[in-house]
Amino acid sequence: MTDSETYGGTPVADYTDPYPRFTREMKESHTILVPDMLPWHFDLLTHVMRSEGYRVEVLHNEGRAVIDEGLKHVHNDTCFPALCVIGQYLDALKSGKYDVDKTAVLITQTGGGCRASNYLPLIRKALKAEFPQVPVLSLNFSGLEKGNGLELNLTMLKKLAYSVFYGDLIMTCFNQTKPYERTEGSSAAVRVSLVEALRKALDSGEYKRLKYYTGRILEAFSAVDADRSERKIRVGIVGEIYVKYSPLGNSHLEDFLLSEGCEPVVPALMDFLLYCVVNTLNDARFYGRRDAKTLLFGIVYRWLYAKEKTIIGMMKEHGVFEPLHDFEHLRAHADRVIHQGVKMGEGWLIPAEMAALCESGVENIVCAQPFGCLPNHIAGKGAARTVKTLFPEANIVPVDYDPSATKVNQENRIKLMLATAREHAAEKQRA
Amino acid sequence: MAKLLGIDVGSTTVKLCALDESGAILHTSYVRHYSRVRECVLSELEKIRPLGTVYRAAVTGSAGLGLAQRGKLDFVQEVQAAYTAIRRLYPDADAAVELGGEDAKIIFLTGGTEQRMNGSCAGGTGAFIDQMATLLDVSVSEMDELSLRAEEIYPIASRCGVFAKSDVQPLLNQGAKKSDIAASIFRAVVDQTVSGLAQGRRIKGKVLFLGGPLYFLKGLRKAFRETLGLDDEHAIFPENAPCFMAIGAAMSAIGSHETTLDALIGQIEAIREGGNITVGRPLFSSREEYSAFIARHSRSDLSFEDLRTYEGDAYLGVDWGSTTTKLMLITPDNKILYSHYQSNNGQPLEIVADKLREIYALTKEKINIRAACVTGYGEDMMKAALKFDFGIVETMAHFKAALYFNPDVDFIIDIGGQDIKCFKVKNRAIDSIMLNEACSSGCGSFIQTFAKAMGMEIDAFSRLGLFAKHPVELGSRCTVFMNSSVKQAQKEGASVEDISAGLSASIVKNAIYKVIRARSPEELGEHIVVQGGTFLNDAVLRSFEIETGKEVVRPAIAGLMGAFGAALYAKENAAEEAIISSLISEAELRTFSYSSKSVKCNGCTSHCNVNILTFSDGRRFISGNKCERGAGLKPPENPLDLYAYKYRKLLELPSKESGKRGRVGLPMQLVMFEQLPFWTAFFETCGFQVVLSEKSSRELYFKGQHTVASDTACYPAKLMHGHIESLLDSGVDFIFYPCESYNLDEHDSVNHYNCPVVAYYPELLKANNERLNAQNFIAPYLDLNSEAAAARTLRRELSRFGVSLALVREGLKEGKRRAQFFHEDIVAEGNRVLAEAKRQGMHAIVLAGRPYHADPEINHGIHKLITSLGLAVLSEDAVFEEGSLVKVNVLNQWTYHARLYRAAEFCARRPDCDLVQLVSFGCGIDAITTDEVRAILEREGRLYTQIKIDEINNLGVVKIRLRSLLAAIEEQKREARR
Repeated sequence: MTDSETYGGTPVADYTDPYPRFTREMKESHTILVPDMLPWHFDLLTHVMRSEGYRVEVLHNEGRAVIDEGLKHVHNDTCFPALCVIGQYLDALKSGKYDVDKTAVLITQTGGGCRASNYLPLIRKALKAEFPQVPVLSLNFSGLEKGNGLELNLTMLKKLAYSVFYGDLIMTCFNQTKPYERTEGSSAAVRVSLVEALRKALDSGEYKRLKYYTGRILEAFSAVDADRSERKIRVGIVGEIYVKYSPLGNSHLEDFLLSEGCEPVVPALMDFLLYCVVNTLNDARFYGRRDAKTLLFGIVYRWLYAKEKTIIGMMKEHGVFEPLHDFEHLRAHADRVIHQGVKMGEGWLIPAEMAALCESGVENIVCAQPFGCLPNHIAGKGAARTVKTLFPEANIVPVDYDPSATKVNQENRIKLMLATAREHAAEKQRA
Repeated sequence: MAKLLGIDVGSTTVKLCALDESGAILHTSYVRHYSRVRECVLSELEKIRPLGTVYRAAVTGSAGLGLAQRGKLDFVQEVQAAYTAIRRLYPDADAAVELGGEDAKIIFLTGGTEQRMNGSCAGGTGAFIDQMATLLDVSVSEMDELSLRAEEIYPIASRCGVFAKSDVQPLLNQGAKKSDIAASIFRAVVDQTVSGLAQGRRIKGKVLFLGGPLYFLKGLRKAFRETLGLDDEHAIFPENAPCFMAIGAAMSAIGSHETTLDALIGQIEAIREGGNITVGRPLFSSREEYSAFIARHSRSDLSFEDLRTYEGDAYLGVDWGSTTTKLMLITPDNKILYSHYQSNNGQPLEIVADKLREIYALTKEKINIRAACVTGYGEDMMKAALKFDFGIVETMAHFKAALYFNPDVDFIIDIGGQDIKCFKVKNRAIDSIMLNEACSSGCGSFIQTFAKAMGMEIDAFSRLGLFAKHPVELGSRCTVFMNSSVKQAQKEGASVEDISAGLSASIVKNAIYKVIRARSPEELGEHIVVQGGTFLNDAVLRSFEIETGKEVVRPAIAGLMGAFGAALYAKENAAEEAIISSLISEAELRTFSYSSKSVKCNGCTSHCNVNILTFSDGRRFISGNKCERGAGLKPPENPLDLYAYKYRKLLELPSKESGKRGRVGLPMQLVMFEQLPFWTAFFETCGFQVVLSEKSSRELYFKGQHTVASDTACYPAKLMHGHIESLLDSGVDFIFYPCESYNLDEHDSVNHYNCPVVAYYPELLKANNERLNAQNFIAPYLDLNSEAAAARTLRRELSRFGVSLALVREGLKEGKRRAQFFHEDIVAEGNRVLAEAKRQGMHAIVLAGRPYHADPEINHGIHKLITSLGLAVLSEDAVFEEGSLVKVNVLNQWTYHARLYRAAEFCARRPDCDLVQLVSFGCGIDAITTDEVRAILEREGRLYTQIKIDEINNLGVVKIRLRSLLAAIEEQKREARR
């Protein structure tokens, strides 16, 4: 029998397996691996962590070996993102590139009601068989995994937030420039130089000059020699957070859309973070669940939202680029389609983004989801119909991502959506 | 002027169409391409040369995508092509349904244009129909003919081919008529189209039916017309339906560049194939390696004895598997006298009777069959029909046989045609059993079916793979996905050798990653015995050794191990019991015959399709019934069945009295199985009459199927749609189902969430059922842990009925009281059942799942099956509070799941209790909980059994599982006594 203690009079049986923790000393000695999700955002985010003394590296390994490692170590019914992330870790650890005794891996936890917060224990289980010495760190704001996460201080948090804002802005401007550039590669070159400048700004403390850098990013992209006379077909990407952004997860969806002559419209990562923050506030509003966190999150929300408003204001004023979504406006959309109470996974954010995209004329939407994603049954596929009632022009295709699904199958469905999109565009032109 | 040319390359066929300048059709053709896409298109192009040499061309179709990309031809997505053609040719159509080889599409033309394709699963397509025809052992056109003579329709899961197979195989085994099955398969295709594709939109008005299957199959057309309620005027089957997409592509080609036929041919000829497939490592690096491998495995063999000359005792073992029947006769010193292996083709009883006649004739009474034992799916029927002495569960038979070949065996894996079984062995007893779930079944027979489709024998086909240089990666999720990967690989130019090797590897990967779920080779053990017909395939065997990195034992009789084990069992037990065999005699066999009849049992709401076999000597055998009670008998509630008790108690909750404020409808599904006591009390206190939706059934599911938005959601969720329809029809004032992110906090987990589906399903219902509106559907966001907020919300929602805040508060209080009372009653009844079981010396099973698994339509009467096996049944909510709080590796954050862990902990400590976990197919969260529940039980040396349930109504596998569990418990007890 397991050793038992008691809790509130009831005995407690401990069935946990021991696992290595990330100690303070390891900050010096260990390399922390981070999965690939948003290449340019992660470039800045990891730069922040590096400047705080963490040795961080973003993984870029891909291919069948990654998926095979994932399949080997994760329950087949577990979501595809877990499989990709775990596959990337194991493939990297086996590559010989890292001293496995001096390597740790990092994963985020939202503490929400879907399976995603359980990726961490799943990673731990997967590592146990072959790399039991590798600690798994958690990045979360819900008080999970105490004493085993990153130690965050206020400055670092601020830097991370700014990195997300700048990452979002660069991503948005890039996507609106790349399809129109006259010289192949000029938008990408601008992106590289901007990220370089922002790294420096993060080091020097200059990063806080939001208006200055926002202006600089807008100017840099609008200076790219581009032919915007004919608007390309715009395709929005919404869905589960990992497959929405990660090229490994969505078989390079953005590149595919670009190759089809479309302009991909990818909503901001900050909106997902704001969504997580607002859910805590909503719990207070709907259910009276108030605690210290409610107050704190309220302050955080107002601070972040003000920054977002600043960026949006500048984008509007600048006039070249379609601005980011206004988060309060997204919330209003959410209430039209579903309810802000749907807060597991990406919950109400998915239909809210669909509606916001439609409203801004981006009626063609890929809703990317892992095969069998629970929250997506309701907020993705389930809500598409309501969005279509509100915006009859909406042209939404749900695409399942799975290790065994063929690429042809996915691309063919996206092509159908694009065919409809072109048809709509032609009709509009006639009218 | 240039003619217009459309080329449609689908997953199985090539269609061509040429139009003249005015759009008149000059030529159409339709041929199968057998994956030789390029050659096929080229030869079809040659045929249009007489029409002219200048064309504008466009390509369409799923396989056309690659062709167009590489040949730099214009591509039109096929649904778009169809859309173009429909608007031109049938401007008054309202909707179109098109079934292709692997895709199914639907186009709504009026009332909001919409074009849809099926998701990644290939249910309800041509490939599905082909697969089913193979299963029935008829050609597709024969199946069509058969279907027209059907008298009865069986429910068949239509979502995917693998699932349907799990429904069809037992029907075949029971001897149901092929004509009925054929018609049922077509009905399943229609259901899939209606639910999977239309998703809430009704297919009505003038409907066009397109694509090959719908053109060629009369039975399928009939099924569509009947289900959609369309008359001849509204169901249109165009003459050129198979080539419709090609016509559409030709019409779209008007925008393409003018080119010559020779230039087109040149472009297609120039296509370099390959490059787009992933390959693995070869199975053998050299001939020497192969020879050593063969030599090593030839060591595990049995010796033979001549049946014609042998005199003395013999023992017979028969294994009636799902797809094959195996028979073996052995001597007391385990030599083979006779063995036989044959595909069932639906007639195992005759096969065995035939072979017995042959044995009797050959031996001319020199041999005395001392005992006979049968195992497998058809065990009961065979035992009754041919009077076998013993019947054992097949896991035991396989175990016995493996033990013979290696007494130290600690791991056995058996890959048969349909199922994969694995057992770990400790102390010469089965320690844990892993069986595949529906989703990964049929892997073994897939190679065979595929070889057949390639026009090859299975042996020749698999030998080809041995020296393949670049085995293709084909995925491991299921055979449907594999099938489409194979086709893609073929189109990319992969050789038969590489595909053969790739298939072997896929099957092995499926077994290792999906069934065994081993993380490292060490977990499998040191002495592995592999068996089952599929392992006779050296490529599969080699793949297994490569993937696990272990050398294993494969007996030469790998395909006959079940029969051998049964024969061994007969031998051991005949010796112990000194019986005279009751096996059917030569004389009896001469007159042996039987007839079968299928009837619907009206014993309970399950309405099982029961099959009655009548033998020539007047005996009868009944099969197909779930509760193991004959047709026509009304089964009384078993006093040791807590599931039955709980369900009855729930249904008895609402009082019949009318309420002064109106009638509220509560859908009896998902959260209501837990909170019905609460809400009944609440609404009755507030002055409403509570009306429950009708009991769940497959019919009810079909009633709501057209509003299902996501067909990979779990069955309980999909059933919800039917419950809503039922309540809407009953005329209640409003339907109530709360959205609850948080369940009640039972203070035993980090958080107390509901799963996303339970929590937010009302949103999906609202969005996809046109009949629901703000007036008749109240679905407030509530957290019952914070009473003040909940009271305010409910007051607001119910204000139009004049309910005051004070009354709402009173209602909530009463709800809490009644919920507590109900729960205590279940716990008390659970204690009574446990005590009674103990008094009678019975073992108890805690059937642990979710509250809604108490619904008989969801658990398919598994609780009754358990009691029929002589066990008591408890539910997780009756025992979990007796269990300790449990710390687990995963984030313990869902209320229902926390109960599972505690129930497991409870069982782990009770020698007289075992846990069987019920898991709904598609429940993503259980992908996480199952491993933890297993870990808790196994840490304490207990067995873990998991049963996956879905709409599939096949208890055969479940029974094997439960009986294996029982046999293993017995074995463990026996071992403990020694």
